[in-house]
Amino acid sequence: MKIYKINGPILKCHDDGSVKVKEMVEAGPGKLIGEVIDVSRSSATVQIYDNTDGLKIGQDVYGKGRPLSIRLGPGLIGSILSGLGIPLSTGPSPAAAPAVFNFSPAVTPEEKVFPGTVLGSVPEYGIKHCIMVPPGITGDLVKIQGGPAAPGDTVAEIRTVSGAIEKIGLFHDWPVRERRPFKERLGIAEPFFSGQRVLDFIFPLGRGGCAAVPGGFGAGKTIIQHSIAKWGNADIVIYIGCGERGNEIAQILEEFPELNDPRTERPLMERTIIIANTSNMPVTARESSIYTGITIAEYYRDMGYDVVILADSTSRWAEALREISSRLEEIPAEEGYPAYLASRLAEYYERAGNYLCLSGRKGTITAIGAVSPQGGDFSEPVTQQTKRYIKSFWVLDKDLASERHFPAVSWNQSYSEYIPDLEGWWLDNSKTDWAFLRQKIKDILQEADHLENIVKIVGFESLPDKQKLSILAGDLVKKGFLQQNSYDENDAYCVIEKQIAIARAITDFYDTASDKLKKSVSYYKISGLPAIEKIVKLKFMKFPSDEIENALSSIRGELIELA
Amino acid sequence: MRYQILYKNCEKIWGPLLAVRGVSDIPFGVFVRITMPDGRKKQGKVLQLENDLALIQVFEGTKDLNAKDTRIRFDYEPFRIPVSAGMKGRIFDPYCRPRDGLGEIISDETRDINGVPINPVRRAYPRDYIETGISAVDSLITLIRGQKLPIFSGSGLPHNEIALEIAKNAKIKDSSGNFIVIFAAMGIKNDDAMKYYASFEKEGKLDNVVLFFNLADDPPMERLIIPRTALTVAEYFAFELGYEVLVILSDMTNYCEALREISSARSEVPSRKGYPGYLYSDLASIYERAGRIKGVKGSISQIPILTMPNDDITHPVPDMTGYITEGQIVLSRELNIAGVFPPIDILTSLSRLMKDGIGEKYTTPEHPHLAAQVYASYAHAKNIRMIANVIGEEELSETDRAYLRFAASLEKEFIHQGTEGRTIDVTLMKAWEMLRILPRKELNKFTDKELEENYGGSR
Repeated sequence: MKIYKINGPILKCHDDGSVKVKEMVEAGPGKLIGEVIDVSRSSATVQIYDNTDGLKIGQDVYGKGRPLSIRLGPGLIGSILSGLGIPLSTGPSPAAAPAVFNFSPAVTPEEKVFPGTVLGSVPEYGIKHCIMVPPGITGDLVKIQGGPAAPGDTVAEIRTVSGAIEKIGLFHDWPVRERRPFKERLGIAEPFFSGQRVLDFIFPLGRGGCAAVPGGFGAGKTIIQHSIAKWGNADIVIYIGCGERGNEIAQILEEFPELNDPRTERPLMERTIIIANTSNMPVTARESSIYTGITIAEYYRDMGYDVVILADSTSRWAEALREISSRLEEIPAEEGYPAYLASRLAEYYERAGNYLCLSGRKGTITAIGAVSPQGGDFSEPVTQQTKRYIKSFWVLDKDLASERHFPAVSWNQSYSEYIPDLEGWWLDNSKTDWAFLRQKIKDILQEADHLENIVKIVGFESLPDKQKLSILAGDLVKKGFLQQNSYDENDAYCVIEKQIAIARAITDFYDTASDKLKKSVSYYKISGLPAIEKIVKLKFMKFPSDEIENALSSIRGELIELA
Repeated sequence: MRYQILYKNCEKIWGPLLAVRGVSDIPFGVFVRITMPDGRKKQGKVLQLENDLALIQVFEGTKDLNAKDTRIRFDYEPFRIPVSAGMKGRIFDPYCRPRDGLGEIISDETRDINGVPINPVRRAYPRDYIETGISAVDSLITLIRGQKLPIFSGSGLPHNEIALEIAKNAKIKDSSGNFIVIFAAMGIKNDDAMKYYASFEKEGKLDNVVLFFNLADDPPMERLIIPRTALTVAEYFAFELGYEVLVILSDMTNYCEALREISSARSEVPSRKGYPGYLYSDLASIYERAGRIKGVKGSISQIPILTMPNDDITHPVPDMTGYITEGQIVLSRELNIAGVFPPIDILTSLSRLMKDGIGEKYTTPEHPHLAAQVYASYAHAKNIRMIANVIGEEELSETDRAYLRFAASLEKEFIHQGTEGRTIDVTLMKAWEMLRILPRKELNKFTDKELEENYGGSR
C-alpha cells in the first residue's frame, strides 16, 4: 500500500482491496506499527501507534497478515510494557527477566492434548508459569523436552489430527482485541479484598467482578488504585497507567520493589505487570493499552490464577477513542465521543469474570477502572456508559477529599450490587452476619447525615441526647472505620478479621450507649468516655496483637461499667 | 544542505492556514518558511498532507499573504532552535531570536522543539523542595523539584506579580549557583513584560533567568510554539548542564485559545466549549516535560499559570490541566479584595508530591504535621466564621473565638506577606506563631514531643 494522506496518526493508503480490517501494518522506513481501521476496494485507512512526523506521501505500508498481537510467555511479570506490549525497559533492577527458563514437563509423550492442556511450567518468581497448548491445537503429544529453554526453543511437539507436527515453544502470539477462549463462565461467589475497609466491608467487589472509581482531580483516584494494586488479594496485578502522569509510574517503580505482598511476603513487583502509556506518549497506543492489559490478564487466568486489572484512567482511553474518531471525521454522538463508546466499554469489562478455563482450572479476572469525569460532573458520557457494565461503583467525593477524609469514597453515592452474591461466603468463612453488620453501619451513617443538616440550622446543643449520640456514632464510623491512612504502617492494609472487630466495636458501642441513655445516663457521660478515643485508634494497631485485644476489652469494660 | 524547492502553487489561505498544491516528497510535521509578496518572511508547520496538497499552519498569521505571489519552502526536519549556556539574562522570541536588541547567540547545537517524551521507566521520582519565598506555598503547598504545579487564577488577580515574586525569590538549598528560571510569556501585555525585565534587572537576577516573550499584540499562533521553545532550552540547561530549572508559563489559557482557533479553522469536531478533543494530549505534551531523569543531574519544575474564565474551575482548561499536573495553587478573589498578597486559597490548593520532599530529610521533622494542622484548623475556623455570621460572635465559645482570631491572623500575617521573600525557616516559625493562638488541646495533628518542643508553655 502507498500513503496518499497523512493527518496526525491517521493515514490513508491506496490498496488493491486485499488488506483486512484490524490487520497490523508497518509504515514507512521506520516500520511504525499501525492497524487498519477501514478498507474499500481501492484504499484503506490506517492508524499508527507512534509519532508520524517525518512520514511522506508515497511511502510504503505493509500488511503483516495478522491482527495486532502481543507475545505471551514467561518474563511478563515485573516488566513495564508500552500500550502495544513492547517492553519499555529490559527489566528494571527488581525484575530483570532471565533469558533462559527451566521447563519442567507435566505430561508424557503419547498423551492426547487439547487447547489449554498444561504441558509443564517454568518458574516465574513466586508463581508457576504454565506452558499450555495454545488455543486451536489438538492432537497427540509426540515429544516433550524438560530442562533449560530459551525463547525460540521448542519444548514440545504435537501431531495434529491432520498429521502435521506443531512445535510448541515458551511463547505464542495472541491478537489483543480477541478474547481468549474458555470452557464456561461461572457465577461470582467470592469477595475480592483490597484491604480498604470502606470497599471490602461497605461496597464490596466480587472476584471476577467489575468496579469503577469516578472522581475529579485531587479526589484520590490514583492513591486508591495504588492501594488496591498493593494490597488486593490477587495472584497477579496488572496496572495500566493509561494517559496519566509519568511521575506516578516512577512512584510505582520506586515503591513496589520495596513493599511486600502481605499474603506471600514477596516483593509486590514479583506479581505486578505495568502497562504504561503516560499522557505524553502516542494517543493511539493509549487506545490499545487496555486491550493489551486484559489479554495478559486472560493469559494468566488460563493458568488458574486470580488476576486483578486496574486501568487509570478509562476516561483517557475514551478520549483517545474520541480523538481518533474525530480524525476519521466520524459523526460524533454525545460530547464528541463516538457512538460506539458504550460497546467498546462493554467489550472491555465483559472480558472480566470468573471462569472455568480450557485447562480445567478456575481463574478470575477482576477489573477496576478509574474514571475522570470532566469538571467532576458524573452525568458525562464515560461515567454514565461505564455504569451500565460495572456493579461496584465507588464514587470519590471532592468535598470529602477537601475535608481530608480519605479514601474519599462517598457512602451516599457509591453502591455495590454484589452483596447478595457474597453473603454466603461471609457466613461460611468468617462466621459473621456481615450483611446485617454492614446495614447497621450504613444506617448509622444515614441517620448522622440527616441530623447534621438539622444541626446546621439549630445547633448541636438543641438536639435530644439520643440524636446527639447518633451524631457521635456517625463520627466514630467515619473516623474509626471509613477513613484509612494509606501512609500508616498498620492502617494502610486492613485484614478482614480486623475490619469485623472494628465494625463490631462501633456498633456494640452504639447499641449499649443507646440502651444506657434509655436508663437515664446522660449523653455527656457517654461522650466523655476514654473508650471513644480508643475506638478511633483501633485502626492504627497491629492485628492480631495483644494491644488491640486489650483495647477491645477495655472498651467493652467501660461500657459495662457505665451507670 | 539539501536542495530546496520553492513552491508557488498556493491554493487557498484562510484563518491561520494555507494550502499549497503540487508538492512532493515532504516529510509530515516539518517546518515551513514562507516568503510574503513584499519579501518579508513568515514560518509555519505541515499539519496535513494529501496527495500533492500540503496544509500549513502559519505561525505569524496570514495577514498580507496572497495566493499569487506567496512563496513556500519546506525544511526537511521539524523546527529546531539553537541552545547555549550564553542564553542567560537574555530575551527571546518564540523562534529563539533575540528580542532585546543584543547580538545573536553563539551556539553549535540545535534541538527539535518537540523534545522526546521521557520514558516513564527512566524517570526519577521527584524529591526535595524548591523554596519559592512564599509562605503559603512553601509550608502548605510545597513545590518539589521535578513537579508541575500550576497557578489557577482569574482575570484581575495578581498572578503575574506572584510569578515575578517566585522568579525573584525562588532558590534551592545548597545549590544556589545552579538554579535558573525560564519564563515564557504567552500573550501578556507589553507593560507587564517591561515590568518583568526591569524588575529582574533591578534585583540583579538577570543572570539566573531566560525570558521568552510573545506579547499580547504578537501573532497568537506563536503561542503554540513558545512553551515548547522554552522547555527545549530548559531541557538543555537541566539535563545537559545540570541546572535545577524552574519554568514559568504564563498564561496557558491564551495557549489553549490559539489551539482552539487552529482546530476550528480546520473544521475539526469540537469537544467541550469548542476546544479540540486532543486538548488533553496536547497540554500533556507540555506539562509532562517536567521531571527528573535517573542518573542525570538537574531537574525541570513547572509553574504554568492560567486564568480561569469566569473563575470557573470546571472550565476545560483548568480541568484538563488539573488532571495532568501534580496539584494546583488556587487564587482567591475574596482574599484579593481583602488586600492579601499573594491571595492564595490554601483550602482548594494542593501539592501532590509535597509529602516526598519535606520533613525529616529536607525541611523540619514536624513539617508534615504542621501543614496538616494549619490546614485542618483553618478549615474548621472557616466553618466557625460561617456560623458566626448567622448567630453572632458573642454566642461563640472561647475556643471558637480563638479560631476566628487564628483565621484572621493567618490571612493577614501568614498568607499576606507583600513583596517580602521569606526563607523556609521564617515561614515555619511564623506558622507556629499562628498556631499558638489556638489552645494547645486543639492541636491534634502533632505528637506530644513536637508540641513540647515547639508550642511552649504547659498543657
